[in-house]
Amino acid sequence: MSDQDHKIPRTVPIQSVTFSNPINAEIRRAAATGIYDIRGGGAKRRVPHFDDLLFLGASVSRYPLEGYRERCDTSVTLGTRFAKNPIKLDIPITIAGMSFGALSAQAKEALGRGASAAGTSTTTGDGGMTPEERGHSSKLVYQYLPSRYGMNPDDLRKADAIEIVVGQGAKPGGGGMLLGQKISDRVAEMRTLPKGIDQRSACRHPDWTGPDDLEIKILELREITGWRVPIYVKVGGTRPYFDTALAVKAGADVVVLDGMQGGTAATQDVFIEHVGLPTLACIRPAVRALQDLGLHREVQLVVSGGIRTGADVAKALALGADAVAIGTAALVALGDNDPKWEDEYQKLGTTTGAYDDWHEGLDPAGITTQDPVLAARLDPVEGGRRLRNYLKVMTLEAQTIARACGHNHLHNLEPEDLCALTMEAAAMAQVPLAGTDWYPGKPGSGY
Amino acid sequence: MSQIDLATTSLRELNETLQAQKGGDNQTAWEILNPRGSHALAVGLDAPIEVTVKGHTGYYCAGMNQQATVHVEGSVGPGVAENMMSGAVIVEGDASQYAGATGHGGLLVIKGNASSRCGISMKGIDIVVQGNIGHMSAFMAQAGNLVVCGDAGDALGDSLYEARLFVRGSVKSLGADCIEKEMRAEHLELLADLLDRAGVDAKPEEFRRYGSARKLYNFDIDNAY
Repeated sequence: MSDQDHKIPRTVPIQSVTFSNPINAEIRRAAATGIYDIRGGGAKRRVPHFDDLLFLGASVSRYPLEGYRERCDTSVTLGTRFAKNPIKLDIPITIAGMSFGALSAQAKEALGRGASAAGTSTTTGDGGMTPEERGHSSKLVYQYLPSRYGMNPDDLRKADAIEIVVGQGAKPGGGGMLLGQKISDRVAEMRTLPKGIDQRSACRHPDWTGPDDLEIKILELREITGWRVPIYVKVGGTRPYFDTALAVKAGADVVVLDGMQGGTAATQDVFIEHVGLPTLACIRPAVRALQDLGLHREVQLVVSGGIRTGADVAKALALGADAVAIGTAALVALGDNDPKWEDEYQKLGTTTGAYDDWHEGLDPAGITTQDPVLAARLDPVEGGRRLRNYLKVMTLEAQTIARACGHNHLHNLEPEDLCALTMEAAAMAQVPLAGTDWYPGKPGSGY
Repeated sequence: MSQIDLATTSLRELNETLQAQKGGDNQTAWEILNPRGSHALAVGLDAPIEVTVKGHTGYYCAGMNQQATVHVEGSVGPGVAENMMSGAVIVEGDASQYAGATGHGGLLVIKGNASSRCGISMKGIDIVVQGNIGHMSAFMAQAGNLVVCGDAGDALGDSLYEARLFVRGSVKSLGADCIEKEMRAEHLELLADLLDRAGVDAKPEEFRRYGSARKLYNFDIDNAY
């Protein structure tokens, strides 16, 4: 036998799960720069989500509706509690708040065009209302944020609804962030800020603290707008039962609940990945709060954070939401992270599907930028068409599922239509683990 | 002079009436009786009218005011003249928290003291307080002028942007990134005008000016590599 044959076997190199290559790379990056990682988007980590739920479909005990033609309604009215003019939407999918500043003017216009064509609403963001956005949005929700950038009573009166933003899922407890690269002359003027600063918005409202104050703030907004438009309260997913109950107590017409997969224009990665609840974990507690108050369906619940497909829409509604909001998915529909820009993503040190440095303002797709050359790449008319089509497909998908479950309105979907694939999802959604009649925490189950 | 008595008129009717006033109307002077601490009183006005409130008010008196002059013959609750765009609000008594919060324009005069967070996130409003102000005043203040004839509490001007702060008395402490700055001729001139408009008999030379050190405007990044 040769010496080679007697060579002692070596231990195979084993990568540490705890100190993985991505973790080590981040340690090296932090050591080199002295600044935490900032990025856009929502949580990227795997968390229990709508993918962990399945619909049961029709059976002997339930008969289905014809899958394409038979009537299955999708409309929803938001703000029926106090507002003189509730918002009537053709579909239960709205466009979430995203600011001009974070997005280009073209992207905001495209969102307005697409939403309007689909019969739904779009929402301003942390930076005020632009004329282009108002002009192209048949139904526009005006966000009332802690920063109050660009807030003025004239725009307030032009809004179809007001959304008081207490928090968002990507960073509950944190304010907005817009780095200097995107504080252009127009953005700086709208926000009354020096050009080029790294803008960090207030994380709490300047003139109210707690639900008792919020009630008076809502009164003021209603008095200024003549009680005409609905007032939403948006919260990040943290304590959904209590936040929902307190928002309702304060007088909200609509509660918007945003889970940790919900995107942001820019925030610390550590914040996005380590603070807040998955969307799936938020819905049932919020619905229970509304039910306990006897106001489920009278105060509408809008859920956001990781909604991508009609199946996600149907599942959120089955768990008790009245509507959903999409942000990241809408940007993807416009062209964000499109493979056609792969060469440019590579130059930015990233790749298609992973590009999240939205704060740097170098978006090849022209969406999350204030660079006029890049922004010109997005045709607002074409973008609007793509968003309309995407919303149409999501709606068709949700209808397909609803019909398969025997429902003639998306709002007739219910938890009993669902089962869960994992214990975690079963516990969060409070629907049975597939093939059982049990979920963790089920009353009377002993667990 | 028209009178609206809140003992017999609802808040909604009051605000609806005042909000309906236009610039060309003959009726420009209004008096509000029995405010009794009502919240959201005289909010969202948008005409060059004069409103006198005969008593104390609750939260958000004259909120988001445009053009109107609102004179409160009493003290005001939190958030007086919040997000004011233009016009003037004069308070004879004291003001609670958040006076002039996020205001974009106009003049707010408080003849008594103002509590904490006076001028928080102000965006162009001018505020003159004849007495003292509480802690965290001018927090994240972006633009405009805050004049304090008395003393300022803790953490004045924390996270300040480009607002100018003038204090005649003591400052208990300065907030993050807020520093004392040189009082130059243009500041004395500006201050003299503000004091004059507010009807305050004080010498600009007695004040000190505070502003942003601008050290928090951008993230501190090690660019050695």
